Amino acid sequence: MNDLSSPQLQIEGVSKVFGSEGTEVVALKDINLSITAGEFVCLLGPSGCGKSTLLNAIAGFSLPTCGRIVANGAEVAVPGPDRAMVFQEYALFPWMTVAANISFGLEIKKIPKAEIVEKVQTLLEKLQLREFSDRFPKDLSGGMRQRVAIARALALDSPILLMDEPFGALDALTRRSLQEELLRIWMEFKKTIVFVTHSIEESIYLADRIVVMTFRPGTIKQVVPIDLSRPRDVASNCFITIQKQLSQMVMEEQMRFQKDEVEHLRA
Amino acid sequence: MTDKKSRLKNGMAIFKRTLHGSIVPVVLLIAWEALTRSGFINPQILPAPSQVLLKWIAYLKPLEPYDPANMSYLAWLFSGELPHDALASIIRVVGGFAIGAGLALPLGLLMGGSARFYQLMNPLVQLLRPIPPIAYIPLAILWFGLGNPPAFFLISLGAFFPVLMNTISGVRTVDEIYIRAARNLGARGATLFLRIILPAATPHILTGLRVGIGVAFIVVIVAEMIAVNNGLGFRILEAREFMWSDKIIAGMITIGLLGLAIDTGMDRINRYLLRWHRGMDQ
Repeated sequence: MNDLSSPQLQIEGVSKVFGSEGTEVVALKDINLSITAGEFVCLLGPSGCGKSTLLNAIAGFSLPTCGRIVANGAEVAVPGPDRAMVFQEYALFPWMTVAANISFGLEIKKIPKAEIVEKVQTLLEKLQLREFSDRFPKDLSGGMRQRVAIARALALDSPILLMDEPFGALDALTRRSLQEELLRIWMEFKKTIVFVTHSIEESIYLADRIVVMTFRPGTIKQVVPIDLSRPRDVASNCFITIQKQLSQMVMEEQMRFQKDEVEHLRA
Repeated sequence: MTDKKSRLKNGMAIFKRTLHGSIVPVVLLIAWEALTRSGFINPQILPAPSQVLLKWIAYLKPLEPYDPANMSYLAWLFSGELPHDALASIIRVVGGFAIGAGLALPLGLLMGGSARFYQLMNPLVQLLRPIPPIAYIPLAILWFGLGNPPAFFLISLGAFFPVLMNTISGVRTVDEIYIRAARNLGARGATLFLRIILPAATPHILTGLRVGIGVAFIVVIVAEMIAVNNGLGFRILEAREFMWSDKIIAGMITIGLLGLAIDTGMDRINRYLLRWHRGMDQ
């Protein structure tokens, strides 16, 4: 299924315009990107660069105004379990226990009960959630909640994993340990990951390729391949060199974002 | 600390709190008793609390001596006037509430779930909602005569709107993120509605049910005063005709206790159903 010759995710000439005539905001403009199976791609940029908009378009929540997105060989039209999503706000169902959250997607797929139980057990084990199986999300810390959200997404067995600033709300230590865990999962399950972040360090730590985006209209400023071997050392010279280079690029866009904000206030 | 010790300490804390909380009521009761006993207040207008208590016990007690040939002990125990009245009122509240909430819940889910249905029904709902259920009394009697039917009609009407309005707003204010997550996991249609939207709306719905049963309890007393000839509402109005102020107050206390019991019961149900909810800790 994961044919390496054809991309797992193909974004062709995608633009997205919000609002009606007169007050239009061009969030994405002519995005072309091809992501192969098993690749880890980070979308990096300041607020308003359209990185989340692009992710939502891939997920099928908000379709592009023009252009098309082909995922797993089919054009994206609706949200679906072949593109599992992990949200920044976790989006766990608070009325379901941890185990029920993970099994929800499997129940919808009408998978036999015994199989669901087994699968949930494996995932609980893998993400060190076994003791929390019968707890409600309110009893968990942010890091634990995000583990549940990742387990819930993994349960679907989707080849593509979409992550929208998943670790943005976590403290630095929890964040690092979840990043490591994610890399472990990525290698073990051979997922194609599209990961949105505004943290330069996070993107270098995780990605095979970083897609730097421009502030409004959101276009691809540059695609930066990261060839460092894993596990990556954030204190190594190579890492820091890339970081400086990316930092300059992102800060240019950040300045444009800030300038726009000031102009907006004046207007 | 040992378990026994901590339990003892806990018990002491509860005892202290109860003692503290009972100061004001006890002082008030003593003052009331003293004022009426000293002849300062006419007992016809406001009887002493001790007299009310005696009346309450008499009201509660079986009317006839126990006769095994006639009925079982338990039936005899509850054969007094008060148990009969209380039971009649409870049946009306529960029945009327069940009808009102039973109609409002599905309608509210539909109106909350479908924008088109909402637009269709909302003007009518907004028009009828501000009419207090008590204003329907003349019409209720005209349509249903006297007795239980108009009472059930009025009570269900009282429960209907709080449940309806809260259910609608509950469904309409479900956080978009849950719907997105569920759709991403493949949920659609009925599954999305029953497993995501409905549970996400339960805090609102339960609030509606709680308000609804409260209104039903108010309406039952009024309905009994006007349309029925038993129940707690009827009894206190009847007592007024004989100037039995002690019985009026005894009836009022019973109404208060019953309302408290209903509210406590609802609170228990709430706590159980919303044990996942953040606000339900402690």
